[in-house]
Amino acid sequence: MEKKAFKGLLALSIASLVTLAACGGGNSNDENEATGATDSEHNVNEEPKEEVTLDFMHLWPWGSLDIYNKVVNQIIDEFEEINPHITVELELLENEQYKNKLQVISSSNQLPDVGMTWPAGFMEPYVNGEMFTPLDDILDDGLRDDFVTGTLEAYEMNGNSYALPLELNIAPVFYNQAMFEEYGLEVPETYDDFLHVIDTFVENDIAPIALGNRDRWTGSLWYMYLADRIGGADALNSAIDRSGSFEDERLIEAAEKIQDMVDREAFIRGLNGLSDQEAKSEFMNSNAAMYLIGSWDLPNYTTNEEVSQEFRDNVGFFKFPVVEGGEGDINSWVGGPGVGLFVAENSDVKDEAKEFVKYFVQEWDKISVEEAGVIPGTQVDTSQVDLPDLFIEVLDELNNASDITLFADVQMSPAVAETHLNMIQTLFGGEVSPEDFAKEHEEALSAED
Amino acid sequence: MNKIMSDKMIIALYTLPALMLILVLIYVPIVLTGYYGLMDWDGIGQMTFIGLENYRVLMTDSMFWRSAYHSLLLAVFSVLSLIIYLAVSVVLSANIRGADIFRKVYLIPMLLSSVAIAQLWMRIYHPSNGVMNRFLMSIGIDNPPLWLSDTNIVLFAIFVPILWQYAGFYIIIYYAALKNIPKELVEAAKIDGATPLQIAYKIKLPLISGIIKVTIVLAVIGSLKYFDLIYVMTDGGPSGASEVMASYMYKLAFRTNDFGYGSAIGFFLLVLILLVTYFIRKLTASKDDNVQY
Repeated sequence: MEKKAFKGLLALSIASLVTLAACGGGNSNDENEATGATDSEHNVNEEPKEEVTLDFMHLWPWGSLDIYNKVVNQIIDEFEEINPHITVELELLENEQYKNKLQVISSSNQLPDVGMTWPAGFMEPYVNGEMFTPLDDILDDGLRDDFVTGTLEAYEMNGNSYALPLELNIAPVFYNQAMFEEYGLEVPETYDDFLHVIDTFVENDIAPIALGNRDRWTGSLWYMYLADRIGGADALNSAIDRSGSFEDERLIEAAEKIQDMVDREAFIRGLNGLSDQEAKSEFMNSNAAMYLIGSWDLPNYTTNEEVSQEFRDNVGFFKFPVVEGGEGDINSWVGGPGVGLFVAENSDVKDEAKEFVKYFVQEWDKISVEEAGVIPGTQVDTSQVDLPDLFIEVLDELNNASDITLFADVQMSPAVAETHLNMIQTLFGGEVSPEDFAKEHEEALSAED
Repeated sequence: MNKIMSDKMIIALYTLPALMLILVLIYVPIVLTGYYGLMDWDGIGQMTFIGLENYRVLMTDSMFWRSAYHSLLLAVFSVLSLIIYLAVSVVLSANIRGADIFRKVYLIPMLLSSVAIAQLWMRIYHPSNGVMNRFLMSIGIDNPPLWLSDTNIVLFAIFVPILWQYAGFYIIIYYAALKNIPKELVEAAKIDGATPLQIAYKIKLPLISGIIKVTIVLAVIGSLKYFDLIYVMTDGGPSGASEVMASYMYKLAFRTNDFGYGSAIGFFLLVLILLVTYFIRKLTASKDDNVQY
């Protein structure tokens, strides 16, 4: 009797072991392959296809990013209808968790068949580790020309494209027209006009600019624009790609101007302790007059019903003013592509995955602006879409852009980006001199070489 | 039953599932972390063995030592705050009116999730709309402190909710321990003419000294590995002014893709905590110590 009980228990504990091992081992994609006979009724003309499951991981969960999520599901449904033998399995995570998970599962070679990545610096370790597969074959039959120049390039490494962009953003300065009118202010076109606007608001006890620099990339936008307007498009870019230097006096001047703005109280109080969300609410509650953010925020100022109509009508945008004597062009923007779709190198349904990515990008480009307010990486014909004026204006600016400088923290490798972002926060806090600011960047960059 | 429990095989079998779980979920990751700490690894691509290079870098990494100092400060404050909790518990455990309600009031912060607490205190500390600065401005202070963005005060500003968060936990522990003291002892002391203060200091405290030692260890360990509120409220900023060891480790491993170095810090943290625990036990040990932990 005892022996029997013992065996039973032994079996149980072994079973628990196996379950644990299964948890660790992860799920491969071919588990639910069926015999193909089951779906032959769907495909009368073709050979019956094997049923496959496609894992797709994205970062637009239901709830926080409702509209995006809806469009994604819509496209997936259509795709599954056209390809009845393919089932798309979704996994959704919020931004930060998504990044962590991607890193963890890639170290055990369990990337989903299709997923989202950020360009340049973020993507680099994945490409070097041969985690993503080149997508040039699906680009080469005409798809390549649809993209706005500079967007695909952000996902290129070693001459191959590793992801297809879904978003393209530029960062305009949004401003509250009612507040400008109240103090008789014009949209500034030069930096001096801009300082005049700032000083006028400060004199009247109003915070001129909402900036949540706890998130740090927000402050980086300001620095990047000043660097661009003073040094032209390539001063910063060449400093990052090491053909130039951060100790370039034009870049140091940009850092000086940031501190000058801080000293003039151009930004809201406590900026380094506020998140971007908190700063945004200052702008949305008309406590601050200006707010520099990516065009992804446009729905808030146009279509979002949760924001009061009065406020939405009041919001306009202007291009970052030119600095007198600087080399920058007013039509040059800070921005760049956001997430793009990749296909995992070790996916065992690579062909289907590529097909899915291609279909997704093409469908996304047709409907994303109108349905979700996301500017896709492809050219948008503004005469063909039904959008609020503010949106159309930004899209037109995008089409006229002389240059788009990719967000600095995206351009840089993760380690340098971390230094850059920390130094931005320190610069805005007035705790580092512009010279040391440059030196820290140089040190971080040369440590990479 | 006794027969079964005397069979070593059976004992081993019953403990096996739990043992496996602990092994797979705790000890294996610890060993792996130690292993990764010897590697130059971005968490994604190829690993290269570099021996103790990560630890050598760690010794000279000023940012790490700064965050270690912040963690240490938190540990000191946590231990000091235990005195307040102890005082509160002594009062609560005396049969005063409303003790029951206060006990529950102190426990409430423990029921909130860290993120909720962080959100709450971010509202309180908001530079222009926060309760704190509104109050300060209303009593005539024009330039109230910028709690979370001034690098000189952010660390202390963030300690307040961290200590507040755990107050209930320690008060409950002390309260339970004090309630377990036999009434006869206190009554005997009263008959002998001891004042309430004397009873608390000479009778109650020595009787719960074992528990006090446990809480000191808990407070120190909890502080050294503390992460959540800091991550949500300031993300270690501005400029690293509120960085602690765990948040620095997280940043290195997941933001800068330096998984090897991050693992080395994690392992170092483990060793550090083991050492500190050992020394606290040594320091507080007494002859008749019978509390095991």
